[in-house]
Amino acid sequence: MLTLPIYLDNNATTPLDPRVLDAMLPYMTTMFGNAASRNHAFGWQAEEAVDYAREQIASLINCSPKEIIFTSGATESDNLALKGVFEMYASKGNHIITATTEHKAVLDACKHIEKLGGKVTYLPVNAEGLIDLQELEAAITDKTILIAIMYANNEVGVIQPVREISKIAKKNGILFFTDATQAVGKIPVDVEADGIDLMAFSAHKMYGPKGVGALYVRRKNPRVKVTAQMDGGGHERGMRSGTLNVPGIVGLGKACELAKQEMEADTARISAMRDRLEKELLTLEESYVNGSREHRLPHVSNISFKYVEGEGLMMGVKDLAVSSGSACTSASLEPSYVLKALGLSDDLAHSSLRFGLSRFTTDEEIDFAINHVKEAVTKLREMSPLWEMFKEGIDLNSIEWAEH
Amino acid sequence: MAYSDKVIDHYNNPRNVGTLDKSKANVGTGLVGAPECGDVMRLQIEVDENQVITDAKFKTFGCGSAIASSSLATEWLKGKTVDEALSIDNMEIVEELALPPVKIHCSVLAEDAIKSAINDYRVKNGLPALELNNSHH
Ligand SMILES: Cc1ncc(COP(=O)(O)O)c(C=O)c1O
Ligand code: FES
Repeated sequence: MLTLPIYLDNNATTPLDPRVLDAMLPYMTTMFGNAASRNHAFGWQAEEAVDYAREQIASLINCSPKEIIFTSGATESDNLALKGVFEMYASKGNHIITATTEHKAVLDACKHIEKLGGKVTYLPVNAEGLIDLQELEAAITDKTILIAIMYANNEVGVIQPVREISKIAKKNGILFFTDATQAVGKIPVDVEADGIDLMAFSAHKMYGPKGVGALYVRRKNPRVKVTAQMDGGGHERGMRSGTLNVPGIVGLGKACELAKQEMEADTARISAMRDRLEKELLTLEESYVNGSREHRLPHVSNISFKYVEGEGLMMGVKDLAVSSGSACTSASLEPSYVLKALGLSDDLAHSSLRFGLSRFTTDEEIDFAINHVKEAVTKLREMSPLWEMFKEGIDLNSIEWAEH
Repeated sequence: MAYSDKVIDHYNNPRNVGTLDKSKANVGTGLVGAPECGDVMRLQIEVDENQVITDAKFKTFGCGSAIASSSLATEWLKGKTVDEALSIDNMEIVEELALPPVKIHCSVLAEDAIKSAINDYRVKNGLPALELNNSHH
């Protein structure tokens, strides 16, 4: 039996794995201690649980447990990495290189840094969503302290050439920070092999709880430090004060352990479903996959259906929980800046849907989704004057539109 | 966004979707909006010798409220004289469909489409086009 609506928005957030919940529950009830309480068993229990979680996480991303700084999520980790490096390395320089398709948490932290006198270069991406490594090298100056490029994009799933980027950073003596929120737990991420100095990620994108994440901060070759952005009791080696969210951290740890055990099998199953969904939806005329299909997360597909409008499409696929590249809530429409950065026209950006599958997605759900989307697109096209013109061979650019 | 029952009904069962022969002298066609704005509405009327609108059709590329606004407009147009049709105000559409403030422009578009179709009909039949000074709310 299918339960509607079907959840296919797993890049926004994932359901909590019941096994993660089971691991967390005792730390919300009987084992409620403060991990910083050194004088009694409640505190020791909590500290032990946090240390165990650090090991589970470290084992997934191949780092030392000491290199994990717990935060409230990837937004905070992004802010801490960018602002913390900017402050800590002020004597070395003030220039940061990032890309236009980064998450808002990175882009807005960069905007903040610009207000503080920092210089930020926003690299463009090509139609595949990838940055150009030569442009990256060309952007480096003697004031560059940080390269901040995401591991995988949240809207199109495109994976950046992380190893090549880190080589360039290393060669130039620049730190490399990556927002790996969409990648950790989904594809192999190895901070050593990948040459990462700082890395943000979040529990709720990998079947863990919301409100907890981490920043990996390298301790050797080189030893990296960030200036705390939250002052207080000096937790997390002074880089992030605040009583630790023990149940959340236990959940993040368990989620990492499960990801490590099940990644290979999950990926095989999920990518087969994703590929089937994509193949079927591409049988609709004038539908296009956005972003590189080769360098892409296994569980995401972002497709534009030309000549149907995004919000109307969302209404037509009401039995699916998906995201659209459209934000048409008023007369002024703002299509997804990520899709625009890939060079999509506004109308193609508006008519896109992002499908994000998970460990819990079933073949039956994918069958339903295929039919539901096909029906909605077909119906809306029958109602669309643009589709009619397209079918009659009229060039839409030749029409003088009365903008309102 | 929560849609009203009436918007959902028009979206699920749009009235009068289709195309009239725009080359006929008694057919007026209005095409408003722009693809980049995310909404394009085409509304057509067929008028008899007594200036009565006997048929109306629409096709809309836009959100559910835009589809519902144009669908409702075609329902209202049928049976009205051209002059009566001119007095349809976008706020009546807003009220009937219970559109929230952010969706008022969808109704404005429908009113524009009606006026533009009527003007097309007028010009085809040797009448001067009416000034479409938009007194929208
Ligand atoms: C790439 C990326 N970075 C950062 C975030 C923010 O994560 P959080 O919700 O944990 O603050 C997200 C999630 O929306 C994301 O996809
Ligand atoms: S057409 Fe844009 S909100 Fe209705």
